[in-house]
Amino acid sequence: MRDGTQSMRSRRAWTGLCLLALLLPTAQAQETLTIAAFPAVDEIVRAAIPVWKRSHPTVDVKVVSRQFSDHHTAMTTALSTSFYLPDVMALEVGYVGRFAQGGGLEDLSRAPYNIKQFQSRYVPYAFAQATSRKGAVVAAPTDIGPGTLLYRADVLAKAGVSEEELTRSWDSYVAAGVKIKANTGAYLMSHARDMKEIVIRTGIQPGQGLYFDNQSNVLVTSPRFVRAFELARKVRQQKLDARVGAWSTEWSEGFKRGTIATQMTGAWLAGHLNTWLAPSTKGLWRAAQLPEGAFAAYGGTFFAIARGSPTEHKALAWEFIQLMTLNREVQLAAFKAQDAFPALLETYDDPFFEQPIDFLGGQKARLGWRAATTHIAAVDVHKQDAFADEVINTELDKVLDRGKDIATALADAQRLLRQRAYR
Amino acid sequence: MKLPAALRLSPEWAPYVFLSPFVVLFGVFGLFPLMFSLYLAFQSWEPTSGLGAMAFVGLDNYAFALQDEWFWKSLGNTAWLALASGVPQHLVAIPLAYFIHTSFKRLRNGVVGAYFMPYITSTVAISILFSSLLSTDFGLINVGIKAMSELPGIGWLFPKHPVDWLNEPSNIKPAISMIVFWRYVGFNVVLYLAALQTIPKDIYEAATMDGAGRLQQFWYITLPSLKPMIFFGVTLSVIGGLQLFEEPFILTGGRGGSDQAGMTTAIYLYRMAFDFNDFGAASAMSWLLFILVALLTWLTNKAFAPRGPSA
Repeated sequence: MRDGTQSMRSRRAWTGLCLLALLLPTAQAQETLTIAAFPAVDEIVRAAIPVWKRSHPTVDVKVVSRQFSDHHTAMTTALSTSFYLPDVMALEVGYVGRFAQGGGLEDLSRAPYNIKQFQSRYVPYAFAQATSRKGAVVAAPTDIGPGTLLYRADVLAKAGVSEEELTRSWDSYVAAGVKIKANTGAYLMSHARDMKEIVIRTGIQPGQGLYFDNQSNVLVTSPRFVRAFELARKVRQQKLDARVGAWSTEWSEGFKRGTIATQMTGAWLAGHLNTWLAPSTKGLWRAAQLPEGAFAAYGGTFFAIARGSPTEHKALAWEFIQLMTLNREVQLAAFKAQDAFPALLETYDDPFFEQPIDFLGGQKARLGWRAATTHIAAVDVHKQDAFADEVINTELDKVLDRGKDIATALADAQRLLRQRAYR
Repeated sequence: MKLPAALRLSPEWAPYVFLSPFVVLFGVFGLFPLMFSLYLAFQSWEPTSGLGAMAFVGLDNYAFALQDEWFWKSLGNTAWLALASGVPQHLVAIPLAYFIHTSFKRLRNGVVGAYFMPYITSTVAISILFSSLLSTDFGLINVGIKAMSELPGIGWLFPKHPVDWLNEPSNIKPAISMIVFWRYVGFNVVLYLAALQTIPKDIYEAATMDGAGRLQQFWYITLPSLKPMIFFGVTLSVIGGLQLFEEPFILTGGRGGSDQAGMTTAIYLYRMAFDFNDFGAASAMSWLLFILVALLTWLTNKAFAPRGPSA
């Protein structure tokens, strides 16, 4: 009896082993590339898989998607230990700067990638954003966020304000806001901070970053900061801002109810407003260039290869990145489906740019956004930019809410930043 | 049916084998991060360059932390929050436990369960819900306050305008303390209830016969008997309060709030590591916080622990 059970068991074991051995050869023929991304870049990658399969039928693509901040924290951790690195990682512009200082990403300007041969095909400022101070190109741009001024045409009409008045200069923008408040009760903007964000980005000299220059000197007492703080304070003193934070419930309610008349933002917000933020306001919004000829970028996504990623996949990873960033079909598909403004210049002659946008009342806004991209200047990044951002916002809050003197606020910020500029 | 000889565990090895799951997990998830963070506190490390990029800098990170304005600010916030949420927890839990102990018989478990529920609910879930409730224009808490402010008689106690709980620096601290208090008061009630049940009833009976009122019995019998449990509860509150992270983190969206009013030391050192990419300074701060917690626990011990043979 015992012998019979044992031989049954060993027969089953051998059958199992044989089946496994049959499966192994087929498993090895397929390679898999792992792409780490966040919404909506993950959708863009998934949509590109059929195109990839045409040229690489034996290479599967696995998309690992996490929420925005979780994804970047996961990439920081993976880069720090060189474990669980994806073959290709999507990075938002804020993180590209930080990671570029580190040296954990492959320099795509070197062989075998040689991305500089494609440099002229990318939007110049986006390419510059991915270039570190030492000239290493650490990522390839896939989408950009040209800054725009979205405004409620009906609110402006009711207030008797023209678009020209709104955008002529910062002072006329604020004056228009006063009129809008008086005649319609709507706020000019969601938060005075938005004013500061744009104005500090104007007038940056070569060799300067936003808060620090190339030698890590702190720049926060320069005239552009003073003007930014003064304009923001003026907006707050005249009660022209709704004092709501971006992406909060009150912010989206402000759009739905028409209590926020304008928003300076990336072009992609029009898509968000249409899909989920305020779809009922369709046809009431228009897009214009930012006031006083300012040009800025809001966001932007890049693809990078980590140095610690599996070496045998790096060539394929580079080919995937080329597909995502240099293929006209893929870039336009992302634009049409996910509102991801292309970083590839040769897509800019596509008739899609001339199509009227229903949400913006039939305005051909993409033409204006396309024109803006050539004027946007890349800003050098510094390791302490995230901290500086926080400090300046805190000081601005003190100026706006507690009436702190601007010169003192900026001097305090200067002191705090100087302590850490060289860390 | 006996296992084959190869798989049988000898009595010599058995203790180690049975202990090993805990030891392994503790070693990997408890001890190693602790030791690595101690090692990191003496290094300068930019994480995305990989492990090889560490450079020894001695006490530089500690020096930086000690002269960092924000570190001291976060310690101040932490102390404020720990006191504002910790002290009421105990001041309310002791009388409440006494009340439940003396008043409820059949309903006691239900009542205790109701107070204990917040403690076993996920902190993150609670914080997310509270950030909706605390919304300035649409949150239920402000709706409730507005309704109360319109009542005759007590209406003047309540602010007429909606309170900006989450964005106004002076309001975020009370909001966080309120939530932490709500979460832990039930836990402390359970602790004190357990302690109350160990006090022999005869002492109370003797006191009643001697003419002691309820308040006197509470003050002279109950409180001294609760001293060991108060010591335990306060120690837990001190440690927990100084390590406060989840509630302020979710309520301020991970950033510490306007003017860093809700930024506890735990949040600050997390941000140092993951937002400002300075792992060395973050590790140094975590060890400085540890020294503070150890110091305060020692002081609590001095204040509350039973000395010599207990009364």
